[in-house]
Amino acid sequence: MFGGIDPSLLIASLIVASVPIILAAIGELVTERAGVLNLGVEGMMIMGAVCGFIAAVTTGSAVLGFLGGALGGALLSLIFAVLTQFLLANQVATGLALTLFGLGLSSLLGQSYVGIKPPLTPALPFGPLADIPFFGKVLFSHDWVVYFSVASVAAVWWVLKATRTGLVLRAVGESHDAAHALGYKVVRIRIGAIVFGGAMAGLGGAYVSLVRVPQWTDGITAGAGWIALAIVVFASWKPWRALIGAYLFGGITVLQLNLQVAGARIPVEYLSSAPYLITILVLVIMSSAKGRGGRGKVALNAPASLGQNFHASR
Amino acid sequence: MRPVQGGGAMLRLEKRPSPSRFWQWATPVLAVLLTMIAGGIMFALLGKNPVEALRTIFWDPLFNAQFASYSRPQLLVKAGPLILIAIGLSLGFRAGIWNIGAEGQYIMGAILGAGVGLAFYPAEHWFIFPLMVVAGALGGWAWAMIPAILKTRFNTNEILVSLLLVYVAQNILASMAVGLLRNPEGGGFPGSRSLSKYAASSNPELIAGTGMHWGVVAAFVAVIGAYVLLQRHILGFHIKLAGQAPRAARFAGVNPQRLVVLCMGISGALAGLAGLFEVTGPAGQISIDFNVGYGFTAIIVAFLGRLNPIGILLAGLLMALTYIGGELAQFMLGLPAAAIQAFQGMLLFFLLAVDLLTNYRVRLAARKEAA
Amino acid sequence: MTATELLRVEGVTKAYPGVVANSDVSFAISEGEVHALLGENGAGKSTLVKMIYGLVKPDSGRMMFRGQPYHPSEPRAARAAGVAMVFQHFSLFDALSVAENVALGMENPPPMKELSGRIRAVSTEYGLPLDPGRMVGDLSAGERQRVEIIRCLLQDPKLLIMDEPTSVLTPQEVEILFKTLRQLSAEGTAILYISHKLEEIRALCDEATILRRGKVVATCTPRDVSAREMAELMVGATLTPPARAGTPKGEVALEVRGLSVASPIPFGTSLKDVSFSVARGEVLGIAGVAGNGQDELLLALSGELPAPEGAVRIAGRDAGAIGPNGRRAAGLVAAPEERLGHAAAPDMTLVENALLSGLVRKGLARHGFIDWGATETFAAGIVKEFDVRTPGTHVAARALSGGNLQKFVVGRELSQAPTVIVINQPTWGVDAAAAASIRQAILDRAAEGAAVVVISQDLDELLEIADNFAAMNEGRLTPVRPVQGLTMDQIGLMMGGAHGMEVAHHGH
Repeated sequence: MFGGIDPSLLIASLIVASVPIILAAIGELVTERAGVLNLGVEGMMIMGAVCGFIAAVTTGSAVLGFLGGALGGALLSLIFAVLTQFLLANQVATGLALTLFGLGLSSLLGQSYVGIKPPLTPALPFGPLADIPFFGKVLFSHDWVVYFSVASVAAVWWVLKATRTGLVLRAVGESHDAAHALGYKVVRIRIGAIVFGGAMAGLGGAYVSLVRVPQWTDGITAGAGWIALAIVVFASWKPWRALIGAYLFGGITVLQLNLQVAGARIPVEYLSSAPYLITILVLVIMSSAKGRGGRGKVALNAPASLGQNFHASR
Repeated sequence: MRPVQGGGAMLRLEKRPSPSRFWQWATPVLAVLLTMIAGGIMFALLGKNPVEALRTIFWDPLFNAQFASYSRPQLLVKAGPLILIAIGLSLGFRAGIWNIGAEGQYIMGAILGAGVGLAFYPAEHWFIFPLMVVAGALGGWAWAMIPAILKTRFNTNEILVSLLLVYVAQNILASMAVGLLRNPEGGGFPGSRSLSKYAASSNPELIAGTGMHWGVVAAFVAVIGAYVLLQRHILGFHIKLAGQAPRAARFAGVNPQRLVVLCMGISGALAGLAGLFEVTGPAGQISIDFNVGYGFTAIIVAFLGRLNPIGILLAGLLMALTYIGGELAQFMLGLPAAAIQAFQGMLLFFLLAVDLLTNYRVRLAARKEAA
Repeated sequence: MTATELLRVEGVTKAYPGVVANSDVSFAISEGEVHALLGENGAGKSTLVKMIYGLVKPDSGRMMFRGQPYHPSEPRAARAAGVAMVFQHFSLFDALSVAENVALGMENPPPMKELSGRIRAVSTEYGLPLDPGRMVGDLSAGERQRVEIIRCLLQDPKLLIMDEPTSVLTPQEVEILFKTLRQLSAEGTAILYISHKLEEIRALCDEATILRRGKVVATCTPRDVSAREMAELMVGATLTPPARAGTPKGEVALEVRGLSVASPIPFGTSLKDVSFSVARGEVLGIAGVAGNGQDELLLALSGELPAPEGAVRIAGRDAGAIGPNGRRAAGLVAAPEERLGHAAAPDMTLVENALLSGLVRKGLARHGFIDWGATETFAAGIVKEFDVRTPGTHVAARALSGGNLQKFVVGRELSQAPTVIVINQPTWGVDAAAAASIRQAILDRAAEGAAVVVISQDLDELLEIADNFAAMNEGRLTPVRPVQGLTMDQIGLMMGGAHGMEVAHHGH
């Protein structure tokens, strides 16, 4: 189906390929804006993938599957929340543990689900809109999750920019001590952000196992969680930039697949490396871009208490 | 003080004036015990007898007459690379430099080392194996230099870059196994010539029945070297200082960039060495999936050993035991392989959870209303 | 007193493990009264106001506010009751705008546009001009304090708590602040004013409650007693100013010429063309409001921040491009302001912390291998000579009290027979007795022939120990002038005057 390169089809599949990363990245963006660095995105995604798959297959409903995925991701993130917010464990180490544990647990849970087809997630019926040349294919041929992912970016952008909740969240990420002194519940707010991040990652994972692939195999997310983390940095913690970043990545992935199918002379292994290499390249460009005062833009835009644990002393 | 709700009373965390030496050593033991309990529950949920499962994992490989003769040597075979990689990682982790792409460095060390060896095939010279060892270390070092240089030059996050490079390394490995390094006499099957059967490049068992090979020797040397470095040498002091108080480290004259290059380099080289010893010994050849995730498990080993060389030695042996015991439980009880992976993840969780006992006191205080 | 009582605190006690922060504290404030809470660092002032503001719960005792029982469970409740607080260490968010910062301190902030309008209105009314759209990280210390004050004023507080508000202001800015506070007091707002600066309290406050070791030791009317009487009540002992001999000055030991470097600190101040020189035996005092480049100057002198070649010369030799250990070898030692995390590693023992900066000059390593025995001796020597109260040299630095750790950190540098000493805030947060001994030790080293640079926000301290005086203002250093004959007005102008604030009050 990728044989002749049809631009509208290419863009349409790019949009679909980006959905898991958008969802996971926007969740992690909120978590990081609250000052928490959760490196366990990959683990939460794969838990979402397996829980979503199981829920969908058992209930026969794809929508319940996505809910199950969100729940799976959220539950795993709750472990992270307890360890880092109550027990003050190192966030980097705990995030890694989350990924390792998630990979193991998901393969344990999913072992009797290998080779099953999940219920279908159909494209939304847009009627005649879908028949518009080019735009119909690009804009009106997708399932609900695609539109949900874009809507969630818009929602997060709006909440962070224009609401009190967003302001408090940013304040907590900027300086937990000052927020505490003003009487904000730093730990409670951070737990909320962590669980939101987990649920979104789980949703993204469920999209991989229910729509993108669609079946269950071990390690199905194949590093998408790490890409999502990189995209948050690439986006300088700004929601719309995360969307652009995810589409860029989705584009490379789709293009790379197209080239493989089209029989390009570059070996498959090198093509499959392209998304990872280009992500690294983009990270380099973003990290070295100079912002105000000659410092790296990334360093300047990062939430000031990112990755630091908070323990109120007297 | 931040209260943690707990039943009718409140648990309060109180920072200790000095880290507790007792808990520094007791926490890993406590974590192992808690993991055994939680793991037992997990095994029970999987329909296995938890006591039997735990016995199969932790006792039988060492003391069951039927299996011990096979399992005991495996302990060193599996612990060797874990310890070697974890020692390297621990230096970086101590300094706050997070190389989590050891798996990729392990692969690249193996590829470069094997490539050098195969280039001499079928010549037999004494220097081939030492040359391969150097190439293995170099391969891992070079792969780790990518995130290191990007961090020092462009301030790029080393966690993400080193991790993303694992996927690239895996793709290179796949390409090597079916391309450049493929055994020309292998009937088209992927995988290189056997390195362990080519005398000049093989890494044999040094003492029959122990599992001891050059990689295990290297691991022991690394443990001793790291111990001396951290206890006695100013560089070790600076590594610890940079991790605990980066600004104080700069005040002490530590160049953070040099430290990044150094720590990433050491951990990359040790991971590359581990890969080389594996591919010339226990694995035997470059194949598409010769790597079994030692690079990731070593992260758990490093933390379980509290980033302390002696601790890592013990943690490496323990983790090797869970691998072997896990295989045994798979074979004897039909316990899924993934259960062991989850079990290892749980171990890290519990370790992180009880870690706070080292720096904090947990006090039970009756709930008190403000007067 | 005819005024109605606003707040009454009765028998409040608060204990932390090992310390009784407040013991049976009682006092009262009337409406419109400016009430001073006076005491040394660690006397329990902060804990007491945190209880009034709902950040800390008392163990026992009770409080009444406007005749009603008052025990706020959180700051929100305190704010709702009409209590507002301006913090000593600011509770501001650098990366957010002034308006956003103000909104965060309010219960039900109006929409941003309206809030910006109100900020402008209130700020002109009280003579504290402020642009609501600016990023707080870009503001000066004085302007940042205005953000906090305006945040409080927008809530229409009945009681305004101010925790050490003048430590970040120039003398002129202090005058303006006092005008604002008097205006508020005249309008009926009570002010609880925390300070250890006696002259300020005499100038501003109606009543004073003096705390020592968590207990109320006296109450008085500041205008009726002398500063000296209050000081003795506060300290509980008579103090002797440091003794100094008029040392003859030697040759120049530290020369800084045209030093310009970008700040490595987010929202920091870059150094612009800083030049000065210090001779052996001389103490140069550098004053300045916090955040005007003092931290950067210390980093550039200690070698942590690379300077251009030729910009820093130690004993006649170029040390510009040389790092911290190279400068130590050349004879320069430095003590940064922040004790925990910069001058010392919190979780490391005193022995390890002695090694941290003593390595080079004390020769504590051979071929890279550490001589722990010699390091131990060095650490024990510092503890003994500088009277550091600690159970031993193997406790973590964080276990020491602020004053004791400061004595250790300063002692560590002074014990290295230095040619040049650079110290930032030598007595910050240290009790009076320890401060006196630190100052004496610095003067002793100068008498022995060391060139000393003391950077401090405490003007009294500088005037007491310095021979020459200069001030930092937005990254620039004023010309150096002898301390003798300087007036407070001149000092204030050197520190940058009042950043154009007078206009606002005069127009009122």
